[in-house]
Amino acid sequence: MRKTVDRTVVLLCVAATGLILAMLAVIVANVVRNGTARLTWEFLTAAPEQGMTAGGIYPAIYGTVLSVLIMSAAAVPFGVVVAIYFAEYARTSSRSYRWTRMAINNLAGVPSIVFGLFGLGFFIQSIGGAFDRALYGGQLVLGQPSILWASMTMAVMTLPVVIITVEETLRAVPREYREASLALGATRLQTVARVTLPQAWSGVMTGAILAVSRGAGEVAPVLFTGVAYFLPLLPTRANDQFMQLGYHIFVLSTQSTDVEATKPLLYSTVLVLLVLTFCLNITAIVIRNRMRRWATR
Amino acid sequence: MKEALPIPGVLKPSTGPSGRPLPGGEGVNPKSTLRSLRRRRIADRLAEKLIFLFALIATTVIFLIFIYVVREALPLLWETSEGASIAGAFRPPYAWQPVSTSPRYSVIPLIVGTFKVTVIAMLIATPLALAAALYTAEFAPFRLREWIKPAIELLAGIPSVVIGFFCLIVLASWMQTALGLDFRLNALTAGLGLSLAIIPIIFTVSEDALTAVPRHYREASLALGASKTQTALRVVFPAAMPGVGAAMILGFGRAVGETMIVLMVSGNASILSLDPTLPVRTLAATIAAELGEVVFGGGHYRMLFFIGALLFVITSVLNWVGDRYNRRLRLKLFGSE
Amino acid sequence: MGDSIKINVSRMDFFYGGHQALYNVDMQIRKHWITALIGPSGCGKSTFLRALNRMNDLIPGVRLSGRVELDGIDVYSPSTDVIQLRRRVGMIFQRSNPFPMTIYDNVAYGVRVNGLTKNRAALDEIVERTLRGAALWEEVKDRLNKSAMGLSGGQQQRLCIARALAVEPEVLLMDEPASALDPISTAKIEELIYELKRDYTIVIVTHNMQQAARVSDETGFFLNGRLVEFSETRRLFTAPRNRETEDYITGRFG
Repeated sequence: MRKTVDRTVVLLCVAATGLILAMLAVIVANVVRNGTARLTWEFLTAAPEQGMTAGGIYPAIYGTVLSVLIMSAAAVPFGVVVAIYFAEYARTSSRSYRWTRMAINNLAGVPSIVFGLFGLGFFIQSIGGAFDRALYGGQLVLGQPSILWASMTMAVMTLPVVIITVEETLRAVPREYREASLALGATRLQTVARVTLPQAWSGVMTGAILAVSRGAGEVAPVLFTGVAYFLPLLPTRANDQFMQLGYHIFVLSTQSTDVEATKPLLYSTVLVLLVLTFCLNITAIVIRNRMRRWATR
Repeated sequence: MKEALPIPGVLKPSTGPSGRPLPGGEGVNPKSTLRSLRRRRIADRLAEKLIFLFALIATTVIFLIFIYVVREALPLLWETSEGASIAGAFRPPYAWQPVSTSPRYSVIPLIVGTFKVTVIAMLIATPLALAAALYTAEFAPFRLREWIKPAIELLAGIPSVVIGFFCLIVLASWMQTALGLDFRLNALTAGLGLSLAIIPIIFTVSEDALTAVPRHYREASLALGASKTQTALRVVFPAAMPGVGAAMILGFGRAVGETMIVLMVSGNASILSLDPTLPVRTLAATIAAELGEVVFGGGHYRMLFFIGALLFVITSVLNWVGDRYNRRLRLKLFGSE
Repeated sequence: MGDSIKINVSRMDFFYGGHQALYNVDMQIRKHWITALIGPSGCGKSTFLRALNRMNDLIPGVRLSGRVELDGIDVYSPSTDVIQLRRRVGMIFQRSNPFPMTIYDNVAYGVRVNGLTKNRAALDEIVERTLRGAALWEEVKDRLNKSAMGLSGGQQQRLCIARALAVEPEVLLMDEPASALDPISTAKIEELIYELKRDYTIVIVTHNMQQAARVSDETGFFLNGRLVEFSETRRLFTAPRNRETEDYITGRFG
């Protein structure tokens, strides 16, 4: 009797796991099956034509990559330095540390649309507006949606994730290494730079890649801060708008006048975005697994 | 000790900081040592100040986010602009109709809509994710475990816009034909799509909690003659309960704030009803749908910021509670935080 | 008397937050002698050792009153450079902690970090000299570029000693250096310590009384944060002045 109950329970759990994995497989399979038809080199390098029924999505790829690069350049170094501060310099017992840490943890769970609101209110209206009044005499130059502000908004959104991941890795470096280094007469900066940080490097990489992959896929923060559906030119200046793969998918899915005609392009775009994020995620997983294996050897 | 080799270009005999000869022989130039020491000390102090500055900026930005969102909504607390006010948001008539001759800004239909979709998503995701976590942590062979976890992480890595796309283009029609629904885009379909997004979170956090249960709990149970299943259900799972609770709360929080899936699949009609087959409008989707068309500084604009502040507070509270649960788990298992 | 005292500790009280760990400790550590500190666990001997090179500064909430002098200089005065202090007073930890780098880089770390020399030939010489001094050269000379993590426990500890020697300290503080090692490695380390006393002043904390008796010139017995007795090793072990010392040595507790 007990054996049947046991086996049923395990079976249910297996079924649940299988169902989840099946859902993943169905989505991937569906996208791959319908998306590979249009996936040519031309698709990846040409601009869309004929109302999104022909041509390619190069500008969307370009815009996504460019905005993610700007976002990473802002968020990753900044996040690493702040993580170093929290892990190596701050006193963990102090109240200000605990409050700040709690705030960062909270922020990592705040919906991305709220960051979009912040980007609109802070970057575009306040900062952009201030620049316009100061440098351009009130003309609307920086106080409008642009790739710069969208990337900054994405950077603010991913900053907490980077900080948390990197700080965890830094704390995981055993205390003995720090003590040995300091006992030899090294300064705290030297200890961090020569011993702690090199050990934590894979953690830094993982945090960076996770942040990047999140930035590449999130649409909500850029909806009102700089993205556009169709632009004749690629963004060249800081206050240009840009196209993004995720936003492109969103608009094509919901506002296309002829759904059947644009479906092939839509599917291929989704495929490109999926491949992109999957590659990033797999890289992060591989790095983390290698680091774990190294640490427990 | 062997005789030290003379090093070219260096003073000898070498002396220590006290001036007396050092043991072991030549090799160190005291002048360069002192220079290097001064340089190192300056670098160390400079680095410390700089790093603190960065941390200060980051902290400021983080607090700024909340301040900004609230600031834009604040005026509605004491005045009514174009029919919008915070007090009015919770009073009847319960309708969200910003674009009509007499605009109404009640957030109640939006809150109900959010609640509907989130509950449906939780009802679907929680049993699946928990069962899968239990399997992965307790029953699955080791090799399989190493494949399941990355697979779920890949699921987590799918952008929500892609999930929304799939639900819209494939799932919605299929569900309509299969279940005979009136509306293709509704709360149920949106909830299903949303569950895909929160399964990874619930899975990961509860699987972590289950694996964190120390081995000797299991061993004690098995040594008494219990089966693996009994051990898992009666010992491990209850021990990990705070962590499981945290997982559910975090999943709930994520569902509340999710924008793209709901925007694409829920039908975006702010209908106040508990019927899951009707379209809904959630808080997050409202912001996304309407922010593009509002007048900067107007009543509608401020109401959207109010909704944003509401979301911020709700998710923050949920996160805080989830964190407390996690800490309770650690206390329970290890006796210390 | 006066000139041959390397470290002079007077009236040291030590606090971890509100809890007092050391009470009114007076000790004179002589140059080129091996001083052993013994006592049951928790008696404060490691705390005392770490106070000598200010490693306790790393722990938040600690407080020290009294005076610690190295060659007459107040170690805890605000004008004392802690970094230089730690170079002059080196430390070997209970569990060997070589960096996850090559053997060569481990030994060279202290030299590089203190900016002692950038000359590659000088570094080579220092590495060889200190590894010989730590009785490890013959075993590792062919694999200096391999990771230090591949060495055995005893070898790693000797590597840590070589690493500490490379910055040319004057004092070596050893916190139970052989407690995690097997008897053969322990014997090697003791032999090494005895040789090192020729050029360095050594203070060693140990819970192994036979080790203290074998190796040291002077021994201090700590109990509950107080230095109960401090005298020449032979006298302390054969004719202790205090009842508590006698009880500890004869194994009545601890």
